[in-house]
Amino acid sequence: MNLTLKIWRQKDASSKGAMVEYKVTDISEHMSFLEMMDVLNEQLINTGEAPVAFDHDCREGICGMCSMYINGQAHGPDRGVTTCQLHMRSFKDGDVITIEPFRAAAFPVIKDLVVDRTSFDRIQHAGGYISVNTSGNTQDANAIPISKHAADEAMDAAVCIGCGACVATCKNSSAMLFVGAKVSQYALLPQGQVEAPDRVKNMVAQMDLEGFGNCTNTGACEIECPKGISLDTIARMNRELMKANI
Amino acid sequence: MATLDSKVPEGPIKDKWTNYKNHIELVNPANKRHIDVIVVGTGLAGGSAAATLAELGYNVKAFAYQDSPRRAHSIAAQGGINASKNYMGDGDSDYRLFYDTVKGGDYRSREANVYRLAEVSGNIIDQCVAQGVPFARDYGGLLDNRSFGGVLVSRTFYAKGQTGQQLLLGAYSAMNRQIARGKIEMFNRHEMLDVVKIDGKARGIIARNLITGELERHSAHAVVIATGGYGNVYFLSTNAMGSNVTAAWKVHKRGAFFANPCFTQIHPTCIPRSGDYQSKLTLMSESLRNDGRIWVPAKLEDAKAIQEGRLKPTQIPEEDRDYYLERRYPAFGNLVPRDVASRAAKERCDAGYGVNATGEAVYLDFASAIERYGKEQAKLKGLNNPSKEEIIKLGQDIIKAKYGNLFQMYEKIVAENPYETPMMIYPATHYTMGGVWVDYNLMTTVPGLYCIGEANFSDHGANRLGASALMQGLADGYFVLPYTIGDYLADDIQTGKIPTNTPEFDAVENEVKERIEFFVNNKGSKSVDYFHKKLGKIMWDKVGMSRNEKGLKEAMAEIKALREEFWKDVNVPGNANEMNAELEKAGRVADFLELGELFAKDALTRNESCGGHFREESVELEGEQKGEAKRNDEEYAFVSAWEYKGEPADAVLHKEHLEFNDIELKQRSYK
Ligand SMILES: Cc1cc2nc3c(=O)[nH]c(=O)nc-3n(C[C@H](O)[C@H](O)[C@H](O)COP(=O)(O)OP(=O)(O)OC[C@H]3O[C@@H](n4cnc5c(N)ncnc54)[C@H](O)[C@@H]3O)c2cc1C
Ligand code: SF4
Ligand code: FES
Repeated sequence: MNLTLKIWRQKDASSKGAMVEYKVTDISEHMSFLEMMDVLNEQLINTGEAPVAFDHDCREGICGMCSMYINGQAHGPDRGVTTCQLHMRSFKDGDVITIEPFRAAAFPVIKDLVVDRTSFDRIQHAGGYISVNTSGNTQDANAIPISKHAADEAMDAAVCIGCGACVATCKNSSAMLFVGAKVSQYALLPQGQVEAPDRVKNMVAQMDLEGFGNCTNTGACEIECPKGISLDTIARMNRELMKANI
Repeated sequence: MATLDSKVPEGPIKDKWTNYKNHIELVNPANKRHIDVIVVGTGLAGGSAAATLAELGYNVKAFAYQDSPRRAHSIAAQGGINASKNYMGDGDSDYRLFYDTVKGGDYRSREANVYRLAEVSGNIIDQCVAQGVPFARDYGGLLDNRSFGGVLVSRTFYAKGQTGQQLLLGAYSAMNRQIARGKIEMFNRHEMLDVVKIDGKARGIIARNLITGELERHSAHAVVIATGGYGNVYFLSTNAMGSNVTAAWKVHKRGAFFANPCFTQIHPTCIPRSGDYQSKLTLMSESLRNDGRIWVPAKLEDAKAIQEGRLKPTQIPEEDRDYYLERRYPAFGNLVPRDVASRAAKERCDAGYGVNATGEAVYLDFASAIERYGKEQAKLKGLNNPSKEEIIKLGQDIIKAKYGNLFQMYEKIVAENPYETPMMIYPATHYTMGGVWVDYNLMTTVPGLYCIGEANFSDHGANRLGASALMQGLADGYFVLPYTIGDYLADDIQTGKIPTNTPEFDAVENEVKERIEFFVNNKGSKSVDYFHKKLGKIMWDKVGMSRNEKGLKEAMAEIKALREEFWKDVNVPGNANEMNAELEKAGRVADFLELGELFAKDALTRNESCGGHFREESVELEGEQKGEAKRNDEEYAFVSAWEYKGEPADAVLHKEHLEFNDIELKQRSYK
């Protein structure tokens, strides 16, 4: 395939960015989207131009690093995948593809397509943990049985990869799906219940401080989430917050 | 120069760790506040170590090249983590886990370390559950287990196919708690580029801020390397793209011995390479081999037609298929260990029977399992005379329940439906058992410099059993290092802050700076990837699954020549004082180009087949094992620890002799 790419180029956080057009040729439909970007970068390096900076690491859809806004969608047109799992067979010869960084006030651009998502980490520092000592004196793991149903549900929330697609796709740049997933995992397990009220209050407060918007129940986040995190987690977070406040 | 002292405590193996803990020096909690520790890497090993050291009261500075500790490569582990809990009541014990691990590693690991690993394994599960790791549960609410590759008990704990992710998130949450308390200072997007020694002791590092390009000096009373494995020396592997050897290699150059570099695990069930553009390989869980049958066409002309797309696998009749594992290893069939399965696949593909366009793939076929399950279901459901379609549908449902997510992942990548046409698989590099040499304390040959997790060499011998790497990373980080490092730091309570404005820091920073400046000013004609791919090909062809003296010597010479070309002709665009991914890669590939040669040299000196390493000169010549790998305990029951002397070819070999007092050495047999 031959393609035209329109890519957001921005030298660093303080420079102004712009869309720049590139052509790539001989793209195989078996390539992943990031491999197509590798081809472009190899071409740019060989012609003395600066390659496009983008985040990636695992290339198997689990680390949550890769973050691109492709043709107006977080992680591109395919459902339930990250950018590294998106394959070029989702495109056709002659396509024009627009590639932008995830945009949100709480995710400032670092360079080209690389954004700073440490606001997610700071929300976790505010309470995304169970206060248990790590020095090996915990009680036997089977001492507190957990129903299979609760464990499975906690797992469904825990699979969030922290990619930020939910934020990027939300018209309010809300982080509620991410925070909802984190709060849900702990809310569903017996461990750490004593600090549950503080946990949800602190995490939500930090989320607001970071400049994420509010949820208006549009549901775009759930559709774009590569891990299928459900809107129910947002409802659960709101319930937990209400409980904590009374 | 340092000599090898493994510092294994005296006494019976069962009591060594307890006795050791009872006799080491402790640091008073009030004094821990005056001690700084640097942890490089925040995967399972580094993350758990950082959290625990901070919990104990030390000031921790943690470094990772990703933007968050939660994204370390450990996140990708799928299958599970072993622990000798015996929750299943099937006779598991610390001794059995110890025995299986030593035997699985083909008797090339250190007994005392492995026993300790088994001993603390149960604690890991308790710890992780307390942190909220959602392990699979049975209907009674208790923890569920599954069994894994070649063991007779069910001791693998798992969280769906995302065990590594959940364990890492557990360690990350423990870190978050300490970051919030101010006990861990986290440096994301920072790469350690060298270690600084003062009076022979590790006292700090030089790190590059990957956003601004600035070089930073960080000092501490001890430095812990937890930077993972070096499988990317092959270019294509199942590792994350950024996984590298830089930290381990730099400490090697500053005096830490590098052990068993040639011990690499090759995993048989990965999605094959489809073309030259490919950037990495994806692992398919080994559990698939429980139901899949592996075959290639029996006739060369059929293989050729398949490679050219003229024939489909489903058109090849049963009698024209070669189920080569079932043919060669009737007792184990498709379930032979990883190394045997990998080598057999390569042998068939090298002979021309490969089944994809590149000729590097074999089939993993579920058709007979689907039919078998379908018939069973039809009986269970009381269907009389079910049609073939009904049977297949019922069988597919069972396969879906067992492996649905894997089949879906395969279909996404390859765009073929594995329920209807056999999967294609091929071996790929997956894990490195070699690494920085450490003693029982996990300290390297440089005082104050520790190494944990996949980056060290100690526990897996020549082969790694499934579900044991996660266990080792967490054992080291949560339960071993936090004790052993105290013994060393007890002498440092009076030292005070280590200054960074010293000649030692100046010198190392200058070296780092010169190298970076060289890269951005060189303006050669070839990209970093060009060299990395070339290195990978030499490694795979000549230092891969099977090796011989001639090939290894060629590899050493070719890698040396490639390294010379790299330093003349590499092209790194952009500047040093900005985010520059090509510059990061250049530094990593430069180190791989040195490690690769030592790797080949190590393989050359080991004239035996052991673990996954098949030395063509060392095969059984007679008997029922004829043609199979032959280990040589008389001459090779030792750890190869290499001392840096400039060029990799000049490295000096030190041997740590391995003693097996609690386990009898036996050859493996899978016939
Ligand atoms: C696909 C796959 C599946 C697997 N499945 C299993 C399984 O089911 N069970 C099992 O037991 N094992 C499994 N393994 C193996 C296991 O995942 C790894 O061995 C283990 O996670 C390694 O952990 P680690 O903490 O040592 O290193 P890593 O997780 O690799 O962490 C390395 C850390 O070091 C940092 N780093 C590296 N270099 C530098 C530097 N120079 N400066 C600063 N930071 C640096 C990185 O940022 C990262 O934080 C699997 C491996 C793969 C590839
Ligand atoms: S909720 Fe989904 S979209 Fe949002 S960060 Fe988690 S995985 Fe990504
Ligand atoms: S690179 Fe890890 S999720 Fe895409």
